[in-house]
Amino acid sequence: MLKCRSNKTLAVMAALVMSMVFCSAAFAADTIKFGVAGAHSGDLASYGLPSINAAKLVAADFNAKGGVLGKQVELVTEDDVCKPEVATSTATKLVGEDVAVVLGHICSGATKAALGIYKDTNTVLMSPSATNPALTKSGDYPNFFRTIAADDAQARQQVDFALDVLKVKKIAVLHDKGDYGKGLAEFAKGFVEAEKRAQLVLYEGITPGAVDYSAVVQKVKRSGAEAIIFGGYHPEASKIVTLMRKKKMDTIFISDDGVKDDTFIKVAKKYAEGVYATGPKDVSKNPLTQAYIEKHKAEFGSDPGAFFDNAVSASIALLSAIENAGSTEYTAIVKALQTHAVDTPVGTIKFDERGDAIGVGFAMYQVRDGAYVEVK
Amino acid sequence: MDLEYFFELFLGGLTRGSIYALIALGYTMVYGIVELINFAHGEIYMIGAFTGLIVAGLLTLLGWPALAILVIASIAAMIYSCAYGWTMEKIAYKPLRKAPRLSALISAIGMSLFLQNYVLLAQTPDFLPFPNLIPEFDFLEPIEHIARSSEILIYAVTAVVMVTLTLLIKFTRMGKAMRATSQDREMAMLVGVNVNRVISMTFILGSATAALGGVLIASHIGQINYYIGFLAGIKAFVAAVLGGIGSMPGAVIGSLVLGWSESFFTGYISSDYEDVFAFLFLVVILIFRPSGILGRKESDKV
Amino acid sequence: MSEISEHKILFGWEEIKKSLLTCIWFMFLTFPIMVIQVNTIHRTVEWRWERLFFVGAGAFLLSFLWRYMIRRKEAGIKREETAQNTHQDLLQRLLSNPRFSRPALAVAVLFFLTFPLVFSLYQIDIMTTALIYVVVALGLNIVVGLAGLLDLGYVAFFAVGAYTYALLNVHFQLGFWICLPIGGALGFLFGVLLGFPVLRLRGDYLAIVTLGFGEIIRLVLENWNEFSFGPSGIANIPRPGFMGMDLALHQNHTYIYYLMVGLTVFTIFVVRRLQDSRIGRAWTALREDEIACQAMGINKTRTKLSAFAIGATWAGMGGVVFAAKTTFINPASFTIWESVIILCCVVLGGMGSIIGVVAGALVLKLLPEYFRAFSEYRMLVFGTVLVLMMVFRPSGLISSVRRVYRFEGRNKLEGQP
Repeated sequence: MLKCRSNKTLAVMAALVMSMVFCSAAFAADTIKFGVAGAHSGDLASYGLPSINAAKLVAADFNAKGGVLGKQVELVTEDDVCKPEVATSTATKLVGEDVAVVLGHICSGATKAALGIYKDTNTVLMSPSATNPALTKSGDYPNFFRTIAADDAQARQQVDFALDVLKVKKIAVLHDKGDYGKGLAEFAKGFVEAEKRAQLVLYEGITPGAVDYSAVVQKVKRSGAEAIIFGGYHPEASKIVTLMRKKKMDTIFISDDGVKDDTFIKVAKKYAEGVYATGPKDVSKNPLTQAYIEKHKAEFGSDPGAFFDNAVSASIALLSAIENAGSTEYTAIVKALQTHAVDTPVGTIKFDERGDAIGVGFAMYQVRDGAYVEVK
Repeated sequence: MDLEYFFELFLGGLTRGSIYALIALGYTMVYGIVELINFAHGEIYMIGAFTGLIVAGLLTLLGWPALAILVIASIAAMIYSCAYGWTMEKIAYKPLRKAPRLSALISAIGMSLFLQNYVLLAQTPDFLPFPNLIPEFDFLEPIEHIARSSEILIYAVTAVVMVTLTLLIKFTRMGKAMRATSQDREMAMLVGVNVNRVISMTFILGSATAALGGVLIASHIGQINYYIGFLAGIKAFVAAVLGGIGSMPGAVIGSLVLGWSESFFTGYISSDYEDVFAFLFLVVILIFRPSGILGRKESDKV
Repeated sequence: MSEISEHKILFGWEEIKKSLLTCIWFMFLTFPIMVIQVNTIHRTVEWRWERLFFVGAGAFLLSFLWRYMIRRKEAGIKREETAQNTHQDLLQRLLSNPRFSRPALAVAVLFFLTFPLVFSLYQIDIMTTALIYVVVALGLNIVVGLAGLLDLGYVAFFAVGAYTYALLNVHFQLGFWICLPIGGALGFLFGVLLGFPVLRLRGDYLAIVTLGFGEIIRLVLENWNEFSFGPSGIANIPRPGFMGMDLALHQNHTYIYYLMVGLTVFTIFVVRRLQDSRIGRAWTALREDEIACQAMGINKTRTKLSAFAIGATWAGMGGVVFAAKTTFINPASFTIWESVIILCCVVLGGMGSIIGVVAGALVLKLLPEYFRAFSEYRMLVFGTVLVLMMVFRPSGLISSVRRVYRFEGRNKLEGQP
């Protein structure tokens, strides 16, 4: 018995020594670790995977030019499945690997959960897609930056467009009860009520995945709304638009960048005509954007996915900031992000003191002849 | 009161109800015979819709006419759903026939989880647009703003399926064997009913109706993903319980009641709590009338 | 049946034919979904023929294993029917043997106590999460394993606990230590609230109603913005402070870790005592036969209610720690699938067995972290595990040891005229 026990103690000791050796080995490696976190599997993977590709391409470019601060950039990717509780583990794992900066996370909820850990370890985080306004506006997260505009800016644009350009008097606000959709709708509702130029005739949430939306559509019809502002994603939007048009309703449909997706037009086909949607400002003319899309096609053989431009921009901004700061020290990186403007696919950007990219905003698009066209 | 609005909500509820009914029929059949909540029934419906999508997608590329595609896709979906239902029964339920009912239910949940993720991994997690297979009939033009051809087709199919199944169970040999099995399995075995075959047949029939529902509903709604089976399955189950689980007309009546109540709740109150309302409805019904609207009352057996 | 003939049957021609048929059947079955990928947006079709081969080969091989296992299971049932003594497997014998179990316990204690000193922050983090699930699964074990009431909405109580802490903190700045018992108490209260209406229901109806209840709680949290801040959730929930001090990240994680170890030990202690108490026996009796149980004079109402309420208490406390550890909660963390995962922990470990449930929860929460590369397949594996467990080993990894009282005088009695 005794012998057996001492064997176990030995095993524990061995494990201890081993783990120490591994830890020190990790610290000794002479690279700059660039963390990429987000949903890389599961049903939201299509939003997270493009950020990995973006980081790979940008890191390869920097490495080809001799790396950052003379060191090679090494990617460390971790999955968070967009779940807050997994995101904290992901964050501790990245922090444990001693990453210099992190690109991510993808979903606002997961980002909020993970930020606490990054904040305590002084790690800079930049998200290509987390649009929840509180992330920057609350001032709780000095280490958070993003290359996408916040939801409230989008809602502002939608309401202004409806009131100033379309001059509607009765507005219905619908949402999909989700984090993103409902958040946007809340802002839109607030703006409409504050402006007092139009009447908010309906505010409702629809159930994503429900078999039929005719009751809600009837309700919109009855409310006499001239325009609908919808917060949510394209699957629900296309169902509602199709149903409305088939019922011969010509209510104006205004939605968000979850709908400003070519899939929407392809699903709703002719019924999509005339639908308005806000989306990131058109950057397709930017040579840098085109260059990265070409690189993506050459490297991965497919068109880049959602938030690719934002992810490339964030990667460039982060790695350039380390270079401009001359070190991977936290305050230096933050200062570099706020003072040095860099050329990225979403434009030449630097960040304000709250972490939002200056000059990144939304534009209004409309479906005309089967394509989104910017409304001037 | 606004009569037209009421009528429109009524029709919306009818559509919903018919959709639930197509799924609930399979639920109620399986429960009637094996007393198992086939939690994965919604997934069979989803698989039917996916098979339909794949077949219809292929045929659309070949340029076939829509009506022919609809028929072929429905048949393919039914064949495959039946195959899945049959296999599922053999793997997940048959070895558990003598086990406690709890085990079978857990196994069913496992099967449901498996099938969802199987489709997610093998196909895609995103929504896929379903080809528009149901043509807009010209003679329906004047009433199109009230009821579209796809809705009318769904009402019709639901009615036909319900009548066919009821006749099948009332008058055929297999139907008699099914009723015998549902009343007393051991006794049925003693009088020479091949219970294994009856159970397989039940799963096959139930899966076929679900697949038919899958194709029709998918082409009515216009898009599908791997998760559509869950909510539809739960709602259909609520409907089946509402009508009295084990009873065919009960399933249809329960579905219609659920469809209408959801539609009117949304129309006159709010759609925010639509699902809360559906679940509360279920809880209340089960507490005050556990055997449902048309169900038989069962006494405890010692 | 001798060993040799069994092998013959396993690899005979008949068997190969059966497997070939299975193989062809599965290739047919999986053909459209595995092989054809139609993209209805871009109007392209992709054929992935190589997958068909893998499915075929896999089905061929697995069908042998499947039939072998089924046969073994049937043989096992027969053995049990003929010989009455309950069959105990190796693991259980080892565990019940003090010569093995004591040093094993000592090693376990040493391991868990030194864990934060040895391993990294990440390891501590995932171990804490796993321990939260251990506590919650032990709570569910009371309801499902002991009292035999299948609860598919258990995560609702978890949500109640998490939101208790988050909301009390936001509105009244209450600290973690006050909220922990409040969370437990509210869990208890909700357990009673749910318990009352469902008292009359049994078996699968109960399962569905609890599922509905769980969804109702989640949907209310999602829709009632004024109360719960809606789907965007509550952020910046403070981690527990140590005697009013704010700790650094690593210290704090270590602190929560030890807290969880303490809570786990406390839970195990209480559940063990409960199991052998009057009420614990009543739960088991209720699970085995409701009518006989009532005939024995057990108050069914009180027994069921207490099972729900006490089970929910642990979920409530687990929820408080969960909120404190994650620092952010939203309704999306409390879906029905979370209930299913907790149920998985209980079923995989062994319903009713404490050590089994602990092992089940640790395995299910830690393995996915260590196999992060395969995280896509996690839910697929969960589903498969549930089915296979139910088919082949309904009692779980480590089944609960049932007390057996043998009536020795039987033969004598029968011998008498």
